[in-house]
Amino acid sequence: MKSIFFHLMPYRDLPADFESRYESIWVTPPNTELCDPAKVAQYYDWNLDELELADRLGFDGVGVNEHHQNGYGFMASPNLMAASLARRTPNNSAIMVLGNTLALYAPATRVAEEFAMLDVLSKGRLAAGFPVGTSMDVNFCYGVTPTETRARFREAEELIIKAWTQPGPFIFNGKFNKLRYVNPWPQPLQKPHPPVWLAGGGSVETWDLAARRDYTYSYLSFFGAKFGKKLMDGFWNRMAELGVDRNPFRAGFAQLICVSETDERAEQEYLEHCSYFFNKCLHIPAHFMTAPGYRTRKSSEFAIRTNQPGELAAVAALEKNWKTLVDEGFIIAGSPATVADRLIELAKTLRVGNLHALLQIGSMPHELTKKNITLFAEEVIPRIRHMWDSEGWEHKWWPKGAANRSATRPAASQA
Amino acid sequence: MTETTSRATALPPHVTERLVPALAGRIQARVLVAGTGDPVLFLHGAGGLIWDPFLEALAAGHTVYAVEHPGAADTDALDQLPGIWELVLFYDEVLDALGLDTVAVVGHSFGGMVAAELAANSPRRVSRLVLIAAIGLWRDDAPIPDIAGVPASRMPELVLADPNSPLAELLTPPADDPQALFEAALRMASILHFVWPLPDKGLRGRIHRVAAPTQLVWGERDALVSPVYAEEFAGLLARSETVLIPDAGHLPQLEQPRLVQDAVLAFLDGPAE
Repeated sequence: MKSIFFHLMPYRDLPADFESRYESIWVTPPNTELCDPAKVAQYYDWNLDELELADRLGFDGVGVNEHHQNGYGFMASPNLMAASLARRTPNNSAIMVLGNTLALYAPATRVAEEFAMLDVLSKGRLAAGFPVGTSMDVNFCYGVTPTETRARFREAEELIIKAWTQPGPFIFNGKFNKLRYVNPWPQPLQKPHPPVWLAGGGSVETWDLAARRDYTYSYLSFFGAKFGKKLMDGFWNRMAELGVDRNPFRAGFAQLICVSETDERAEQEYLEHCSYFFNKCLHIPAHFMTAPGYRTRKSSEFAIRTNQPGELAAVAALEKNWKTLVDEGFIIAGSPATVADRLIELAKTLRVGNLHALLQIGSMPHELTKKNITLFAEEVIPRIRHMWDSEGWEHKWWPKGAANRSATRPAASQA
Repeated sequence: MTETTSRATALPPHVTERLVPALAGRIQARVLVAGTGDPVLFLHGAGGLIWDPFLEALAAGHTVYAVEHPGAADTDALDQLPGIWELVLFYDEVLDALGLDTVAVVGHSFGGMVAAELAANSPRRVSRLVLIAAIGLWRDDAPIPDIAGVPASRMPELVLADPNSPLAELLTPPADDPQALFEAALRMASILHFVWPLPDKGLRGRIHRVAAPTQLVWGERDALVSPVYAEEFAGLLARSETVLIPDAGHLPQLEQPRLVQDAVLAFLDGPAE
């Protein structure tokens, strides 16, 4: 299994009464009241140090993503962070940008260009994430009409792939992107193009795209395998219907993880930061989650059937109930052995070969984050790295220039 | 679809439902028709098309054609209508299909915006224009709240002068029924499709073309679209009269039905100029 240290880059010092004083962590948390640029300068240093540490310690990849006006992740441009990482990850981890929110950019040529720059800069280590994007980012922060969200995503995806693979200049006559001359310099280093990693919260249309284009799909959930199972079962059932194989590397999952020396110690060290995450970082009112028209009828019907665990998570954290958080699977926490066992169980339950490990959680300070990363790298990764080897699948979506630390060893090299 | 059916079933017997093809048959307009007399086209707001007492009163002396905005039941229709320009052409075609060369147009809220756009696009087609709490213009000093960006529980206070009135039920689908919530969201989406993120799509630059005498009807306590917008419309229209309705918010025709019915009917039936 591939382990990617995925950093949300949250504000680590929100006021204690944040969730009662403000309506939302996203879209409207007033920037001059809550976001101190001097503090952010410190966070950015810590965040990048943490990601660079993960590279040195042998993670397979380092992950960043895009959000806007969001207190739990204010990486408005993940490409800026990825550019810095491309130059400071000597151990050749994959640079996983998960991703650029395609629907925001017209012309989407900009994404094709910046991702190509990153791929070249990192010598072919880019995994190009294409999320549909949240309603908060796309509709509320960037003013994209909700009913256009998916159409803009699909058209941008088409344009970007063409820009990477067709000789330029060419004409692109889309609905939202009308271009007489598409001819980005450079095209990416990886051929035919960097692997595309779709990321989503479970829309059925995204799965069909994954199947049709042979992309890998990551479900970015904060609520663990117990709740993710319905959704990932939906994903695999759809793949089966479409005649797609069961290669576990087609799928990824995000998981909040806390590693310590013992299970008891994990609770002592991490509980307050998990509480901070669920209470403050996920303080998002329902009306921002889905602007009318953001979800199609098809996806909405699936969402209604599988329902959302958000409130339960918040309640569990409010009670500072470590047992609930752990038992419900919102977090995987404990000694390295406990964490590894539960991750293997999770990966088998969901059938995922890519783990986006969320190891900096909420208010978690720099030193504790480094401990979490270090214990994970040194004592968890070796226990989970080869869990899929016996099935013999090829990871077709791993960036070609990145170190392939968890590949199945070919028979020849074992001789 | 079930929603459409249940609303259709709830229609009184003298109201007929017609499906009218538009855009070369790519979309069907759902039209409720009732009454006799000079034709009146009614265009509804974000709450959706409901046969309400206001339409009933209009139908007493007119043939009312109340058209459902496309996309309310199935957002696929919106793929055919990328913006307000295509929506106006859609209504122009619907009038052709209904055989109405000239017509009085009454529009509420978003329907008022579409009515004004239609009257600007086809000035010879619209004989009289009634704008009830219409959107379509923007003033920085009176921003129209984001109805998608507030909790559903706040809608009654934004929309009604008396948030405790029984009309509040119309505005808040049952919170424990995800399917009903989704159907309501789709109806809303079909409106927001044309006005996201701000209801300002350039009407200010086109409204001078409106030739019809226009009546502006506003609730004095409209917290969603402030009565300053009545002044704003009046300043841009060649011929208009303004009727402010006391103790009414954004749904004056339902909050103070008699006052609005009397004013609108008097205007529609007034002497030709």
